[in-house]
Amino acid sequence: MKIEGKQNIWKEYQKEIPDDDYYYARSCIRQNFFPASEETFLKIVREVLGKNIYDDEHQTTCTGIAYHSDLVAFDTTMTVAARQFSLMNNAQLKNFVVSCVTSFGIYSEALATWEHVPETLEKTKEHLKKATGREFTAPEIVAHTSDIIYKYREQIKEKAKFLLINKHTGKPLRVVEHIGCHYAKIFPHKGIGGAEFPYVLSGMIESWGGEIIDYPERRHCCGFGFRHYLVKENRGYSLSNTKVKFDSMEPYKPDFVITNCPGCNFFMDRWQYVIAEMNHKTYGENGYGIPVLTYEEVAGLVLGFPPYSLGLQLHQVSVEPLLDKIGIPYDINEKYLGFNNEDIGAPAKPGVLKV
Amino acid sequence: MKHDEKKLKDLLAEDFLFTEGISGCINCGTCTAICPAAKFFEYDPRQLMDTVQRMNNDELIELLKSDVIWFCGQCLSCKTRCPRNNVPGYIITALRRLSQDTGYFAESAEGRKQLTIKRTVGENIIKHGYCVFVDEIGLDKHPEQGPVWQWYRNNTESILKKLGANYKGSGEGTLRKISEADLAELYSILEETGALEKFNNIEKNCHED
Repeated sequence: MKIEGKQNIWKEYQKEIPDDDYYYARSCIRQNFFPASEETFLKIVREVLGKNIYDDEHQTTCTGIAYHSDLVAFDTTMTVAARQFSLMNNAQLKNFVVSCVTSFGIYSEALATWEHVPETLEKTKEHLKKATGREFTAPEIVAHTSDIIYKYREQIKEKAKFLLINKHTGKPLRVVEHIGCHYAKIFPHKGIGGAEFPYVLSGMIESWGGEIIDYPERRHCCGFGFRHYLVKENRGYSLSNTKVKFDSMEPYKPDFVITNCPGCNFFMDRWQYVIAEMNHKTYGENGYGIPVLTYEEVAGLVLGFPPYSLGLQLHQVSVEPLLDKIGIPYDINEKYLGFNNEDIGAPAKPGVLKV
Repeated sequence: MKHDEKKLKDLLAEDFLFTEGISGCINCGTCTAICPAAKFFEYDPRQLMDTVQRMNNDELIELLKSDVIWFCGQCLSCKTRCPRNNVPGYIITALRRLSQDTGYFAESAEGRKQLTIKRTVGENIIKHGYCVFVDEIGLDKHPEQGPVWQWYRNNTESILKKLGANYKGSGEGTLRKISEADLAELYSILEETGALEKFNNIEKNCHED
């Protein structure tokens, strides 16, 4: 009966993920902090899966960070969202695929607001027309980019060069999955598995040979906090929440963390460096941190893409101990080379965190 | 003050985030139990919902002048868990908006921090079309970025080219330059929807502490 009950809950949180013909809505944070992940997503979709995706030069920020830090009202953000939808209409596409979890929440919230409060749709149309001369039709489906990788996780496995197995022990790697809050906490039915049983990342890890760790603070926010991270004096909020998570997951000895949110990925990487420098505390083995990877980075490694083409050198926590466990070859001398193998030096070493 | 003619409760009732966010709070405290901000700040969304539900004008003024409304981190974990479908995170957004519209935010140290956000995120949006932009993020304001970020900043062009980005280039791609025509459309939306007025209001009411 318990299994049936869970299956019934699970049924409610299946979502429609489009097969092909995507309009790609980029992320401000990811383009800046993990620039290779968006390129890797496009490469996987186009070259590995053979799908059509349109990368539009005319799109802008969705203003989601400004909205959640109370700099602009939702009227502004809905109108910017409407402009992006108008661009999608121009490209004659109907499947809007969003790279950022904050943006995914924003687009979902705009659509829900227009449905629940119809006068806001009329107002948005007026604002957009007056400001830009544009008109728009809403997408048929809004999906997150991690939904697309989830949907095709078995096809990726079929082409895998490596699986998430510890080559020394033969056992599955132990993985923490961290879902960005705005993926499913605002609109649970928009996320695979909903807010309580999100499966979008767990599904990838299980398909690719790894094992998911359950730990007490699994669903706790990474601590971005929007204004709290943006204002230096408040940034301890972000650090403290990330520390809650790492203190909670540490006893389970994760080999790495996978996230589907730009901010979470960044904070859980960088705050490990800060905790090490402040408290002389490291969470990985032998003085290293626990690598925190985007789902495209993990998919790229599984598919055998060269590690430094994935931008792993922009992580503050070293990923090489994980590559060694899987048995992925790399040349450490290539890690910090620039374009055309230009010698651009290497980053300074942190005082405590081993890199 | 904008609310001379109207009571605050009437102004709140005009905000759909407010009407969507409160539908009879039973003060069970689930929101406070799940709230990351309640863990680290003197912040209790249960109490806040109680105050808002009373709709006492004097109490609302005190709330709008206070630091309390600025502690929420907008994770919206409260939306998932409230057994009565209230959303304290939406109520916070409505209160912060009203606090800025009425000017009360400037009486709170936390509220005045909006100036920092306006001068970073707000100006990035106008100048670059991105909420954040690599050229604007230095270790002086972001020491947590660490030595890897400094290396990235010192060699931005070479690293981004290696990773396949189109840094400040024309056309599509990662970190492309957003054209003047597209920035002009974005600016026009900010103007039309009142965002520029909000930015000016923050500049006018705040001073750097």
